[in-house]
Amino acid sequence: MSHTSQPVFDPNEVVVFSDSMIQQMNEVVKKFPQDKEKSALIRILHIAQAEYGWVSVPVMNKIAEFLKIQSIEVYEVATFYTMFHLQPVGKHVLEVCRTGPCMLVGSDQLIEHIENKLTIKVGETTADGMFTLKTAECLGGCGYGPLLQCRNKYHEHLTIEKVDALIEQYRNGEIQ
Amino acid sequence: MKNRRLLLEHVDVPGIDGIDAYVKHGGYASLEKALKKMSPEEVVEEVKKSGLRGRGGAGFPTGMKWSFLAKPEGIPRYLVCNADESEPGTFKDRYLMEKIPHLLIEGMILSSYALGANQSYIYIRGEFMYVLNILEKAIAEAYAKGYLGKNILGSGYDLDLVVTPGGGAYICGEETALLESLEGKRGNPRIKPPFPAVKGLWGCPTVVNNVESIAAVVPIVRDGGDAYAAIGIGRSTGTKLISACGNLARPGVYEIDLGLSVEEFIYGDDYCRGIANGKQLKACVPGGSSVPILPHFLVTKTATGEDRLMTYESLAEGGFASGSMLGSGGFIVFDEDQCIVRNTWNFARFYAHESCGQCSPCREGTGWMEKVLSRIEHGQGQMRDIDLLADINKKIEGNTICPLGDAAAWPVAAAIHHFRDEFEWHIKNPSEAQTRNYGLIQQPVVA
Repeated sequence: MSHTSQPVFDPNEVVVFSDSMIQQMNEVVKKFPQDKEKSALIRILHIAQAEYGWVSVPVMNKIAEFLKIQSIEVYEVATFYTMFHLQPVGKHVLEVCRTGPCMLVGSDQLIEHIENKLTIKVGETTADGMFTLKTAECLGGCGYGPLLQCRNKYHEHLTIEKVDALIEQYRNGEIQ
Repeated sequence: MKNRRLLLEHVDVPGIDGIDAYVKHGGYASLEKALKKMSPEEVVEEVKKSGLRGRGGAGFPTGMKWSFLAKPEGIPRYLVCNADESEPGTFKDRYLMEKIPHLLIEGMILSSYALGANQSYIYIRGEFMYVLNILEKAIAEAYAKGYLGKNILGSGYDLDLVVTPGGGAYICGEETALLESLEGKRGNPRIKPPFPAVKGLWGCPTVVNNVESIAAVVPIVRDGGDAYAAIGIGRSTGTKLISACGNLARPGVYEIDLGLSVEEFIYGDDYCRGIANGKQLKACVPGGSSVPILPHFLVTKTATGEDRLMTYESLAEGGFASGSMLGSGGFIVFDEDQCIVRNTWNFARFYAHESCGQCSPCREGTGWMEKVLSRIEHGQGQMRDIDLLADINKKIEGNTICPLGDAAAWPVAAAIHHFRDEFEWHIKNPSEAQTRNYGLIQQPVVA
């Protein structure tokens, strides 16, 4: 079961989707038969998260309005799937795979190293809002571990040195 | 190349992810052949003859699955590709889709034609968003060349193909959970029957096949089902993608002929080249995290001393007492320094995290097993915990809607069965277990 924490809710937040978002969302809806628009929901949640970094309750309400479904239908999906952040996160979310095959090649040590380097624990965000550290269950890169995912990018064959360099590249804006 | 014969033959060709290079190397020839010279029934017949078995893990004959598809008049039928590859140890579908996306697309068109589907979907795990982008680019190329859309190659057959992502949930690899997710809902598996072949996507007859199974239809149509069936041994026909990981000298994705010996696969120069850093083999999980673990002396030989082969039958030889399963082909290898207790706890944590929570035995049982294994691993275990785990196991197995419960129970049962001494050593020597490894277990002496 994915999320245990309660989503953050700012009742005063007014959400207006940008034209580019609306266009992307319309394109996703078009992929499904009429009356089956709900099938677009997960991809639309990805689009929203790419835009805002996380998915707030007002954003979910707006998605429900867009898809002409009940808000609860969006909440129950967003809370089921682990990729959706229901709390504000840092600019870069580092998700380190912690499952067996990665553990065999050193993911425990890698996670501990990142915790020490960024002086945060798994699940926390650095004070400057730059990084959030999370762990993930099997990311499907078992032969190339240890690895982490940051947005759409997989960073594989990691070592302590490589992850140090990677964090600097993200910090300096060399990788978006 | 020995380790890339049918599916991965051209994987190293520069630009093979684009349609021009793919066509230049024989791509879409199977599609032309099927649409111009074969009826849908003939395609199904070749797949039946090939003996192809579902490559996602269950190993159910693909041709037979296809023949179960209900075909009521006036109701659409769907083909859905399961690209939710999430089984720990498995990363073969990702490799195939990323390197040679048109092979999957050609397979989808062929299979959809065989099944009479005019709308098909590829459901890909959300973490593979970059692969989704690769597939969408390839699909656009296929539309532009007339391999998708209306009246494909002048045959009168129409097909639209859509890729859609999940959002991070192992359970969506289970076919009915996948269909729920594809409908924009939580991935809670459905009660069967009705099976998807009768009531699947949006209540319509649906076939769900793994990426590799669908890709295999391309060489099957090109060479004929008999030629495919000529590769392999017995009911394990054709080639299989094996994703090898863990403590291997050369982990990666290999296409093997079914029937290759496990010895050759682990130690052979064309394959994994042995255990990394000159260490010894301690154990192996040959088919993804859900299948039973084997101690070193049961990996390359069966309990009766026969050579263990990479086939559905040979890997299962000995049942749960001394065998395992080919499963998804996620081949995880442990060297002598690895701790079986820690690994069993790690996998239990995975299943506890991924249980959808619908069935009490799985929801409660996976979490309970994780807690018990965690306390053994962290030096607070008691001897009775070992039997407690076995007891929880029995209460999960067979008592859930979907196989996730079994998938969570089997690895724990097998680890205790084969490595009980190591679990007991952990419990008796909690502080020593924090600092040193138990090492290899001894092969029991058979009188």
